[in-house]
Amino acid sequence: MSKPREGNPQSVQAEIDALKHKPGALLPILHAIQDRLGFIPEAAIAQIADALGQTKAEVHGVISFYHHFRTTPPGRHVVQICRAEACQAVGARSLEAHAKASLGIDYHHTTADREITLEAVYCLGNCACGPSVRVDDRVLGRVTPERFDALTDALRTQILEVAG
Amino acid sequence: MSIRVGVRVFVPCDTTALSLGADDVAARLEREAQARGLSITLVRNGSRGAAWLEPLVEVETANGRMAYGPVSADDIPELLDAGMLEGREEHALALGATEAISYFARQQRLTFARIGVTDPLSIVDYLAHDGFRGLEAALARAPREIVEEVKASGLRGRGGAAFPTGIKWQTVLDTEATQKYIVCNADEGDSGTFADRLVMECDPYMLIEGMTIAGLAVGATQGYIYLRSEYPLALEILQTAIARAEAAGYLGDDIRHSGKCFHLEVRLGAGAYICGEETSLLESLEGKRGLVRAKPPLPAIEGLFGLPTVVNNVLSLAAVPYILAEGGQAYADYGMGRSRGTLALQLAGNVQRGGLVELAFGATLHELMEEFGGGTLTGRPLRAVQVGGPLGAYLPQSQWQLPLDYEAFSAAGAVLGHGGVVMFDDSVDMAEQARFSMEFCKVESCGKCTPCRIGSTRGVEVIDRIRADEDRDANLALLEDLCETMVDGSLCAMGGMTPFPVQSALTHFSADFRRPADGGRS
Repeated sequence: MSKPREGNPQSVQAEIDALKHKPGALLPILHAIQDRLGFIPEAAIAQIADALGQTKAEVHGVISFYHHFRTTPPGRHVVQICRAEACQAVGARSLEAHAKASLGIDYHHTTADREITLEAVYCLGNCACGPSVRVDDRVLGRVTPERFDALTDALRTQILEVAG
Repeated sequence: MSIRVGVRVFVPCDTTALSLGADDVAARLEREAQARGLSITLVRNGSRGAAWLEPLVEVETANGRMAYGPVSADDIPELLDAGMLEGREEHALALGATEAISYFARQQRLTFARIGVTDPLSIVDYLAHDGFRGLEAALARAPREIVEEVKASGLRGRGGAAFPTGIKWQTVLDTEATQKYIVCNADEGDSGTFADRLVMECDPYMLIEGMTIAGLAVGATQGYIYLRSEYPLALEILQTAIARAEAAGYLGDDIRHSGKCFHLEVRLGAGAYICGEETSLLESLEGKRGLVRAKPPLPAIEGLFGLPTVVNNVLSLAAVPYILAEGGQAYADYGMGRSRGTLALQLAGNVQRGGLVELAFGATLHELMEEFGGGTLTGRPLRAVQVGGPLGAYLPQSQWQLPLDYEAFSAAGAVLGHGGVVMFDDSVDMAEQARFSMEFCKVESCGKCTPCRIGSTRGVEVIDRIRADEDRDANLALLEDLCETMVDGSLCAMGGMTPFPVQSALTHFSADFRRPADGGRS
């Protein structure tokens, strides 16, 4: 997961130009921008619409349709908890409740220190070893509330080490 | 220059093994071996699919591969002390010869024969294990002959709808067009399923080979793998595999010097369950919102960008190399009734021995859950089983003797779908599960048709009123009515099948809907 960075029109345009020739280029373009900036800035919508000959409303409609795309910067790490049935069968519901209480936030929110954004996900394909959690691009299995806390603590200590 | 090659040790690198610490195991193993002056060659293989044994470490010996598992990094020193590198079986984690472990020995692996055995990205390994034999056979045949072979196999779509694959290919072959496409539906969003992920992460060339054969069969020169964004590792592995297959002449403008061409690209979805529905998927590939299209026209006639398109699931395409290499009849010899070949079953949820089990159609659900699964993880009685993903029915004990066969499941009002088997013990609250089914539909509906979009929202509200004991009988009747409307009036399977888990919960677990308000819940 890329760190959220300040997007400038040039960097967004570079991603658009590299992909706009592809048939059905919109999703690849949105992924490229979000991978680079961590989100899709409002200003990028007009640039994309212009490059693809679409309206801003059409581009906005696509962004808002898909759960993966976001228009505001996430925290430094994105933590997704699997809410699907296989994980429910081994305690995902209580893990979800614990995670929200422990981080003090609900889904789609970011902790006050901007470290962790909490998201729900419906299946990480790790269904025989739930409950499963994805931290950025890493999937973890058999996550207990204790392991969840150790994990999020570790994510938050990383920055202190870097800063220190 | 000669390099002394040490004993080969295998540590899997699929998402599940990694999620349980396989990288730590590999790192510790290398460090300990070095410290002890032992020479090893570490191979990161795919997973054999026994998730309950992961990380499953294997050591190559004169007598074959010996297995140890589940191994944690801290077990490594003891395992080395106990002679793991010689394949000795003194340690408590020693499992003996891998192939003799009954979980593997009792399977009938056609599609998954290679997974976990090979290094997923090694073309040399792939070729040494029958890889590309199907493609070579296809290159020597006319398109019509390839389609006939697939028809002879009896292969039906493994994505859920179970439509005959050969008929779909025939339609695309027979439709004249300047451009045709092969689209692999790799948006495996059903909870309890991970077979596609295993194919892509552990044997990616098999999918590439299957898609290339499909291209040769129907005259398509461009393929897309539409992959869900929840599978970052599969993306990385597929992209590397495609680049290597191109470099080795198995993909591209002149496949194996045949003058035939096929190009392949991975496209990433963006977290929308509905995009697993084939027409939604096509809309998404075209760069639009994933709204379902009304059928007809069929995608085989007007598919991607309005052109003839084969849309097949990963497992359907992955079955094709075997069919071309061994002949359609060899595949059709497995199975029962009109369900031919093998089925990739995935044991998940509250299960002792979860993982992938490939079997010919016809075994019973009970055999699968007991003999392979070993019952529940918690040791409590098994109460309900959801087969076929979030749109599949919850089956009570009276239905566990059902044979795994499309028609048998259909006759019982259930679906086999993508082969996911999610087990729940007796602590499950089925009214809560029914509510979740409606809630999932509410979150994931594409919104195009009213029964699905509005029905799911109302479904959540009605179930909430039932659970709060507000006008319970009237609301139960309303829920039945709502389910019927969704089944009959929805445009696609999302709204049309969401009632299946709900109705099955109402029918077989009605007591859970009649608990006192706020009572009986932990």
